[in-house]
Parts: sequence; C-alpha cells; structure tokens
Amino acid sequence: MSTVTVVSYGAGNVASVQFALERLGATVRLTADPVEIADAERLILPGVGAAGYAMARLSELELIEPIRTYGRPLLGVCLGQQLLFETSEEGGGAPLLGLIPGTVRKMDPGADRPVPHMGWSALTVTRTDPLLEGVKDGDWAYFVHSYACPDGDATLACADYGGSVPAVVRNGNRWGCQFHPERSAATGARILRNFLDLSA
Amino acid sequence: MTARRIIPCLDVRDGRVVKGVRFEGHVDMGDAADLAARYRDEGADELVFYDITASPEGRTLDYGWVRHIARLLDIPFSVAGGIRSVEQAGRCLDHGADKVSINSPALERPDLISDLAARFGSQCVVVGVDSKRSGDDWLVHQYTGDTTASRGAGRRTLDWIIEAQTLGAGEIVLNCMDEDGVRRGYDLGQLAAARARLTIPLVASGGAGAASHFLDVFTSANVSGALAASVFHTGALRIPELKAYLAGSGVEVRP
Repeated sequence: MSTVTVVSYGAGNVASVQFALERLGATVRLTADPVEIADAERLILPGVGAAGYAMARLSELELIEPIRTYGRPLLGVCLGQQLLFETSEEGGGAPLLGLIPGTVRKMDPGADRPVPHMGWSALTVTRTDPLLEGVKDGDWAYFVHSYACPDGDATLACADYGGSVPAVVRNGNRWGCQFHPERSAATGARILRNFLDLSA
Repeated sequence: MTARRIIPCLDVRDGRVVKGVRFEGHVDMGDAADLAARYRDEGADELVFYDITASPEGRTLDYGWVRHIARLLDIPFSVAGGIRSVEQAGRCLDHGADKVSINSPALERPDLISDLAARFGSQCVVVGVDSKRSGDDWLVHQYTGDTTASRGAGRRTLDWIIEAQTLGAGEIVLNCMDEDGVRRGYDLGQLAAARARLTIPLVASGGAGAASHFLDVFTSANVSGALAASVFHTGALRIPELKAYLAGSGVEVRP
C-alpha cells in the first residue's frame, strides 16, 4: 500500500487531506521535518490562506529547498498548487517556489460572478495524464480560491469561471490541483487514487 | 460558473440534530453523523453544522466531533458555534473543517473577521447573519440559539453584511428569521437586496419547504447556495429529486 507524506506547516487543511487519503487505504505521514520530506515516497503540499504567510512558514521550517529539489511525485493542493508557480500578486508579489513559470493573479471573473470562486465547477480535461485517468469532461470538483494560476503549458484541466481557470497542472513530477480533491467526492477520490498509483 | 449549492444545515446539540420553528421548540431529528453521511450520499454539495447552544453557553465546539465528521465526509463542511478567537477557529480547521462560520462573536468584535481572514484566508471565513424584518428594513439579531438570550444586535442587516465583507468575510449566510422553519419559501426580497450589495458569495437560509422555493431563490435572488434543514431532515424533500427538478428547470446543479 502506498505511503504518502503530507507537509504539515500550519497553513493547510492537513486533516481533511489526511482523512481522504486514509479513506483510500494509504498510509499517511504528517511532517514538517526537512529530512523526512526529502526522503518521502510521494509528497502532498496542501495549503489554504494567504500565499505570503504560507511561504513564510515554509521558510521558517527550512522546507523551501527540500520541496524545490524534491524529485518524486509531488501534488500541491489549492494554495499548494499556486505555490508551485513563481510569484503571486497576493501580498504584493510574494515569491513562490518557482517550479512552474508564471504569476498567480487575483481573479476578475466579471461583476456577475462572486469572488472567491467558491463551489462546484465542471472540469474540462485539456491533456491526458496519469493523474486524470478516469476523469472526464464535465466531472465536478470543489473550488475555493480568489487567486488563479496562469494558463499555460502546464495546464492539464480547466474550469470555467468568467474565463479559463487552470484546475490541474503539471511540470515533470510536480502536479497541482486548484480545487480540493479531498472534498470533491468521487472525482477527487479518483485523482488522489491516481496520485497514489504514480510510480515513485 | 459554479453549480448552485444545496446545503443541508444540521443544528446540533450533544451530537444530535435538532430543529425548531422560528428558532424555538427544538425536536430531535436523529444522529448528526448518520444524517451527514446520508446527505453526502444523496448529493449534498456542502454541509453546515451549527452547535446551537455553544454561543449562548459561552463555549465552543467539540473538536473531536469535528474530526469525526471530517473523516466521514468527502464534501466540504463548515462549523459554527461559539467560535470567538483565531485559536479556536484554527483548531476547527486543524480538525478537518473547511470553513468556520461566525455570528454572535463577530457582532461582539467585528475585528474577529479580519483576524480570521488574515490568518486563514477569506475562503475559510463565513459570516452567519440572523436577520428579522422591522418595518421596511431588516435588523440583525444575536444569540438566537437560545430564546432567553436572543436579542437585537442594533445593526441594519444590509449595513452589517457589507461591513463583514469589507473586513474579509469570504461568504455570507443570511438567515431570514421570519421565515425560519415555516416552509413558505425564502425571503426573496431581502436576499435579492443583499445579493445586489455583495461581491462575495451569498447563501440563502430560512423558509425552504418545497422544491419550487429553491428554484425561486436561485432565479430571483441569484444566490450561490441555498441552505435548508427541516425540509430535508423530515424527508419531505430528497436531494436527488430536488436536483433533478432544478436541472429540469434550467438551473445548473451538480447531479
């Protein structure tokens, strides 16, 4: 059975991610230890809240380099996806992990759409990928965010919210989900199972 | 776009779901975890748990219970009841809740909203507002979980929701108390007035009694979600039937 390490750094919905993985039968280790993170078989970087705060926490815990240089499968969830990019407008240009090119920007979906983008949106899969095995166009995922990642070469799936919102991204062995797979019912469980099945 | 959310609300006392009419005369509706699992399986988009006696009794939620619910659910849920500090909200989120909803404590100290938003992000911070008609206007009430403690908060509803949004609330749940538990439909006028003033999501609460009431509130008041309790707890309306009806009427819902 897969073992998965979840970065527990005080800026994430760690428990709900842990429980979702446990429902799939995975062995879950929560840690903020740089050595344990570097040695992990596969790694999840959760995150809610402000990008600047999350990066400051990672820095205090000396986790930026271990995550940056981590070579086995890594999945960033929600803010964790955003942290994979270079910079965020949130907090006036916070530097991020820089694993995927581009800037995370404040959403501006038009006057008739509330921000945060909060709720269930349908996915459009734009590239086949092992993480999205079994996920179809129109499958629903639960989003909660006010900032969005740039749409580019890394995008694997999108949601529509007054424009295309990158929902799943990948660069090499680094994946990200803007939505919360741990709270996205069957679609989310499928994606987490696919992540556990990726060869480490 | 996002699907319109159908949100069963579980008013919880000692792990049991209770429901009253206009916030009074509570009756037992079953085990909270059992009902939560049923709604998850029936396609609820989100759940809200209110520990209705926490705030009047000056205590907060049972974190172990939050954890138990978080293990059970693969849909988002928020918790409410006596959360009056950043530390307490953090413990709810640490135990697996997705959002915290604050009501009376936000009225006592509005800066609690900005403190929570700064620490956890606006997306975690729901402000619940209990509102009652007064002439041509609506006024905020507090401590509504206990009829002996319930009282006016000395604020206009439409002013308070804007203040909450400005302070960093990520969503407003507007409980229209005149309609609560009486199942004659949501307060469309009040909700439309609130929607017109907000840029954050608005969730309607109070008055759902039939599938048509959900259609009305989505089409007339343009709310992001509709919360209901007794109509679901009693089995008068099943979520799959409701969603089929809404989809057939042109409202986008998650099947």
